[in-house]
Amino acid sequence: MLKSKTFVKKTRSGGVMKVVREHYLRDDIWCGSEVCTECKQESTVLQKDACMESSLCSYPHYLVPDTNVVLHQIDILEDPVICNVIILQTVLQEVRHRSAPVYKRLKDIIHEKEKHFYTFTNEHHRDTFIEREPGESANDRNDRAIRVAVKWYSQHLKTFESDTDGLKVVLLTNDQGNKQKAQDNGLLVYKCEEYVKSLIANPELVDRLALSSDDKSEITSSKVLFPEHFPLSRIQTGIKSGSFLQGTFRASRDNYLEATVFVQGEGEDSTEVLIQGLQNLNRAVHQDVVAVQLLPRSEWVAPSSVVLQDEGTGKDDEDQLRTAAAEAARKPTGKVVGVIKRNWRPFCGMLNVSQIKESTRHLFTPADRRIPRIRIETRQASTLAGQRIMVAIDGWPKDSRYPNGHFVRSLGGAGEKETEEEVLLLEHDVPHQAFSQAVLSFLPKMPWAITPEDMMKREDLRPLTVCSVDPPGCTDIDDALHCRELENGNLEVGVHIADVSHFIRPGNALDKEAANRGTTVYLCGKRIDMVPELLSSNLCSLRSNVDRLAFSCIWEINHKAEILKTRFTKSVINSKASLTYAEAQMRIDDTNKNDDITKSLRGLNKLAKILKRQRIEKGALTLSSLEVRFHMDSETHDPIDLQTKELMETNSMVEEFMLLANISVAQKIYDEFPECALLRKHPAPPPSNYDILIKAAKSKEVEVHTDSAKALADSLDAAKVDGFPYFNTLLRILATRCMMQAVYFCSGMDSDFHHYGLASPIYTHFTSPIRRYADIIVHRLLAVAIGADTTYPDLMDKHKQSALCNNLNYRHKMSQYAQRASVAFHTQLFFKSRGILNEEGFILFVRKNAIIVLIPKFGLEGTVFFDSKDKVSPNIVFEEEGPTLSVEQHKFHIFDKVKVTISLDDSNIQHQKIRMALIEPVIPGVSVPAPDTETPAKKQKLDR
Amino acid sequence: MAGLELLSDQGYRLDGRKATELRKLQARMGVFTQADGSAYLEQGNTKALAVVYGPHEMRGSRSRTLHDRAVINCQYSMATFSTAERKRRPHGDRKSTEMSLHLKQTFEAAVMTQLYPRSQIDIYVKILQSDGGNYSVCVNAATLAVIDAGIPMRDYVCACTVGFVDETPLADLCYAEESGGVSSLALALLPRGGQIALLQMDARLHQDHLETLIEAAMTACKGVSKVLDEVVRQHLQEASVLTGE
Repeated sequence: MLKSKTFVKKTRSGGVMKVVREHYLRDDIWCGSEVCTECKQESTVLQKDACMESSLCSYPHYLVPDTNVVLHQIDILEDPVICNVIILQTVLQEVRHRSAPVYKRLKDIIHEKEKHFYTFTNEHHRDTFIEREPGESANDRNDRAIRVAVKWYSQHLKTFESDTDGLKVVLLTNDQGNKQKAQDNGLLVYKCEEYVKSLIANPELVDRLALSSDDKSEITSSKVLFPEHFPLSRIQTGIKSGSFLQGTFRASRDNYLEATVFVQGEGEDSTEVLIQGLQNLNRAVHQDVVAVQLLPRSEWVAPSSVVLQDEGTGKDDEDQLRTAAAEAARKPTGKVVGVIKRNWRPFCGMLNVSQIKESTRHLFTPADRRIPRIRIETRQASTLAGQRIMVAIDGWPKDSRYPNGHFVRSLGGAGEKETEEEVLLLEHDVPHQAFSQAVLSFLPKMPWAITPEDMMKREDLRPLTVCSVDPPGCTDIDDALHCRELENGNLEVGVHIADVSHFIRPGNALDKEAANRGTTVYLCGKRIDMVPELLSSNLCSLRSNVDRLAFSCIWEINHKAEILKTRFTKSVINSKASLTYAEAQMRIDDTNKNDDITKSLRGLNKLAKILKRQRIEKGALTLSSLEVRFHMDSETHDPIDLQTKELMETNSMVEEFMLLANISVAQKIYDEFPECALLRKHPAPPPSNYDILIKAAKSKEVEVHTDSAKALADSLDAAKVDGFPYFNTLLRILATRCMMQAVYFCSGMDSDFHHYGLASPIYTHFTSPIRRYADIIVHRLLAVAIGADTTYPDLMDKHKQSALCNNLNYRHKMSQYAQRASVAFHTQLFFKSRGILNEEGFILFVRKNAIIVLIPKFGLEGTVFFDSKDKVSPNIVFEEEGPTLSVEQHKFHIFDKVKVTISLDDSNIQHQKIRMALIEPVIPGVSVPAPDTETPAKKQKLDR
Repeated sequence: MAGLELLSDQGYRLDGRKATELRKLQARMGVFTQADGSAYLEQGNTKALAVVYGPHEMRGSRSRTLHDRAVINCQYSMATFSTAERKRRPHGDRKSTEMSLHLKQTFEAAVMTQLYPRSQIDIYVKILQSDGGNYSVCVNAATLAVIDAGIPMRDYVCACTVGFVDETPLADLCYAEESGGVSSLALALLPRGGQIALLQMDARLHQDHLETLIEAAMTACKGVSKVLDEVVRQHLQEASVLTGE
């Protein structure tokens, strides 16, 4: 079968080293076309009637893009219109070397069946392999290889001309020289632009064309605006010698002329370098990896506190920055000399339609203020105006004020709920597409039933009185509880967790998708599932009165809540009731009820109280943050009422047992796998984090000790001010802000396991496998530890696990941001329908020119500014000690009670925000008169 | 730079082979007349020369003499010009001592040593050019040399290296694959009976994969044995023509 011919490839790398590799040429590589009868292929990819209607090519044809076309026009290739494309191995390899993200996207396209992309391994085909000729550069050789392959294809397909109407192969290239040579060889060749413009049915594709380098020159003035970037080799030597620093570029949110570069040092000593001014920023975009050069010490500046938005003028803005700063406030300042790695992604935002009506070039303003405006070319500006669109950056030449980009797709009208939700998800990098067929194919077949094999390995716990307690409306129930008295007088408590790892097997597409998503994201009125709905709301959800597979953690506990025995087992349960927190609470309180479920709940509740006390004695913190719930209109899904979440005894009951299960499991998997247990830690915050808390408490003459978690918890408990019942809650909210983020990590890669907030030496997440991927891994580890399942290689690889943890932490953080953004958006919708409201609030922070007010009723935070552009600013004095702010005669302290009006400021459609203005205390010239508090009767009706 | 893609989506390896395909194997027996047996073997770009002396009386220290069987003495070496960098390779460095020992163990399992008590068989192998799979090439070359010397063996000993990439076992690794972070395994097999003469692996591999990997190695070894058998028959035919039998 193998007719091989040995060729020798010689390459020289680094010093002078001869590398000799074999290169086998084959005659069993098929063309992949449906029409071909000569090739003995089992399955074909390319269709017989390749229909892309083009005015240039009226016959059916296959496309062969060259490397540069793939690299720059990947957006075009991704479009569903473009299909039947041959990707040559030469192209694929070159793309792989030059851009990893494009390579990944290209591979995704190739895997999509409907796209009919075929990879032709031309380098190993006997007729299409060519050797590099003396004096020929690698690029020229590759171009020639592409031409040879195209030639081969056209001749190959010609032999079947009788049964097709002239199927042809079209080469797409943007390189003039290459095109000329191809034409000389008698090949069909077009420039990418020419071809895309000729597509009859799809004129909108033209907008997605990336600008190629020879077009760019015409749209910009010839004036050079930016200094040239240094070549990579020079940057590398510079970094090595220490004259340049490498870091991540972080643009400032408030000032487009300012940025910091975060330079990761050895261990702890990371530094930040300030960059100021357009020239020094030198075309770096947020999140790029850049090289910076420090300016001489005499040119160092302090970060300016002005808020500047790019209005296009530029010149006077730069002058505003030059404020004389005290020597001490100056920071290391530098300039960007080169970009090591661009981190461009498609950005969401809106189009600023050009003043000139006929113009096809417009500026695009991204939703993220840290991203500069992007110049794009489009013919559909009028339809795109008022819509949220996505745009990708193509490049930023040194003579252009803005980067050049192209339109990717439209998300829908701005301000519409679906659109805004989409923007929110995209900007927070939350994967939210529908699950692919490949993923769904790994779901169990319905109707699903528990098989006898399943039963063999599992304990039958169906007779137990198990019940679940969750928030109202919850469909993904991942935990259930039971409690019963044993014959020896002790109690048996069981926590039963949905056995998701039974359904999601390691390594398949479903598992990979879940690992990538990392967590379910809960937005207001919407849930972005981590696993398909069949699992999340049905098979895995521990609903009442159906048999479900579970992973159980069962303790024997005495009446003093001391754990005598712990055991883990896979099981089958049948929940007797799915209760809400309120229902469970009612059952416990109702003395007339004495059924099994109620008894079980009472037992649990009693134990939970003891457990909680013990935990608090050990120094666990009870912190507070205000969470709000929206009451949604059932038809329009608009928020009609806001309510802060209420906490009941049963909430803490469930929480207590979940904590207990998590800690028990963490201990078990760590004992079994000290190198690769997935755990969760919460580092203790550095003492300086508490400064604000201590100062705030001092202003009310309360002392807070922060030496340890225990001391902090005790002093928070003791903190009370007469006549101010809300003080304690406010203090706890402040304390929450001082904390660090809890993170997942792999036990083999770290030595500090302590969970500060829970005061536990070890902790993990076990109890919510439906909505968190970390729990699935923990389930697998535990299953291996008790011999209920087999291990697999990646589970035991601490580096792979550590990489997984990084992704989970990132997704977790992003999902929280997305949730907050969603709440903010709904709050805006709510206030939009409300008009103006008057509310009471407390001052949470005092700033230089503003106070930040918390409205407990809505859990809403807002800023009241005392200086605004259009008004004469009042006399403001800020004192660092305190901190206090004096406005005219009135002095604001932290925790003061104020009255404010709340309204929606929609002057900027991309960044709508809640505006607050002061009513009480009355300060002439600053506070506003209380508006009509009576909301129209029509709206009151809606409330009910 | 991104590392090398060892196995493409289309199922081709760096040099164009499919996962289970071996490199081109060429061999010649009886290359020297002074030695009792000799063979030259090329497996792709790895080239080895094997020479066998014996069985003969014990030389050197007589204390190593075994009363019931022959002693097998193996020596492995690499030519200075065998790799991309020219390097003097003194005898007795750790790597070649280990390799010699492995060869010795392999052939003790295959050669019918009990037929020659109190005697010694010397096997010398030199790598002329190295491109991965040195051990297996040495074993294959030495097998041919032993056969050329007319020493009875239970069966051919065939060896092959296999690696594990993307859940797929790759047969007969070349140097680029071996150094590309593949966990590789070397296996010497007596193909007819399916006995394993030597199994060597020092990379990390999950237990679940071991079986598939050994399976692939055995298939590869059987492929090698077919080629070797052909070479021996060819040689025999040529020899018989020369001697006029």
